[in-house]
Amino acid sequence: MLATGRPFFSWSWVQQNWGQIVADLDQHIELTLIAVGIGLVISVPLAVVAWRYRRWRSPVTTATSVLYVIPSLALFVILGPVTGYFTITTAEIALVSYTLLILVRNTLAGLESVPDDAREAARAMGYTPGRSLVRVELPLALPYLFAGIRVATVTVIGLVSVSALIGLGGLGQLFVTGLQGSDDGPFYTPILVGLVLSVVLAAVADLLLVLAERLVVPWSRAGSPGPTRGGRVRTGAAA
Amino acid sequence: MHFLNAVFHWFTTASNWEGANGIPELLWQTAKLSIAVVASATIIGGGLGALAGHTGRGSIAAVNAANAARAIPTLALLTLLAIVPSISIRYGGFLAAYLALVVLAIPPILTNTYVGMREVDADVREAASAMGMTGWQVFKRAELPLALPFIGAGIRTSAIEVVATSTLAAYVSYSDLGTYVLSGLASQDNVEAFSGSILVALLAGLVAVVLGRVQRALTPAPLRAGGGAGTSARVRAAV
Repeated sequence: MLATGRPFFSWSWVQQNWGQIVADLDQHIELTLIAVGIGLVISVPLAVVAWRYRRWRSPVTTATSVLYVIPSLALFVILGPVTGYFTITTAEIALVSYTLLILVRNTLAGLESVPDDAREAARAMGYTPGRSLVRVELPLALPYLFAGIRVATVTVIGLVSVSALIGLGGLGQLFVTGLQGSDDGPFYTPILVGLVLSVVLAAVADLLLVLAERLVVPWSRAGSPGPTRGGRVRTGAAA
Repeated sequence: MHFLNAVFHWFTTASNWEGANGIPELLWQTAKLSIAVVASATIIGGGLGALAGHTGRGSIAAVNAANAARAIPTLALLTLLAIVPSISIRYGGFLAAYLALVVLAIPPILTNTYVGMREVDADVREAASAMGMTGWQVFKRAELPLALPFIGAGIRTSAIEVVATSTLAAYVSYSDLGTYVLSGLASQDNVEAFSGSILVALLAGLVAVVLGRVQRALTPAPLRAGGGAGTSARVRAAV
């Protein structure tokens, strides 16, 4: 089954290349944070516009769906002539474009889940529409938004690896190293290290987001009744 | 403009439409791989999801395993399988690409099938049993038809992801549309890489549109007429 020549897993390789592994992990985290951060900055206002002005809804969801369908590697290459091959800008535009559909859809679902009573109560208390949005609707939409951020983060952590094929890629570099090392016999160690670190990173990020949600949205804790549960469970299950 | 002219020239060059590296042949290789993967994932993921949904047993394990599988970068599995000699040399890289993509394709189908089965009203299930249906008949005549729109959404999501990711298979020496992208990148033939990317993006878009139509046709008319809410919940489940 396994080829001869090199051991299946070599601890000494890990020790010798520890610095590089940490640097790859760092880049992976950085690319992910930038993508999800920019994705949020674009998605939330887009979702608010689509929610307030109904005629914008269809263009916004169609545009984000189209971006989501374009394969990541293809988008890296298609952007090349404009933003440059092998640049961070190219990688980030592609990564951000994947988060948009997930984040817009979840923010929109969250805003739609706000009970009319809450909105009317805010108006009765003299809130302007803008103030009501910031103080009432968006906070009530947060559980949905967090569900979206969790899905987007895990998705991006998986996709960042692909950008290794255009020379970035964080932990994806380790897969490239492993495959190239196979010229003089298979080299499983870098691939296994990259694989394990990716999965652990996704799990840790997801856990941190769950904890952050508990801090920011204390009322969304499991067991509390509320109109948001059904949708969140559904979105979460599909995550 | 010069660049786009070159791309147009690439598409209208006769030799790019002929032989083992022609567009029709590589398109067929992508289609063959994608169909095999999605069909297998539908049997495995749909089967497990239906079993968990019908019996209610093992559901937490099934859904959690599916979610964990999503965190595995496909590039990692591809490179890993590509350096296991007994796998990588089979069928010109087909086996390695097939196995890695099946792992990618199962989770959306599994979770959507499970969610679809669970969404079936308990009353419907009880009524079917009360009419003397066996467990198998309840599944086949009541649960499966009602869950079909969800399952369709899962298959659609999977198929889009598989077509998009099939480009990576070229990295482990399986020849398909990704070959244009990766050999173009490697030889700094940006026109070829760009043209290949356009082809893959168009194919993914086509799959999204066609399977969207199929999914709509699978949805029983009353649910379709129910309009936005049901549909968006379903699509949300798919992402």
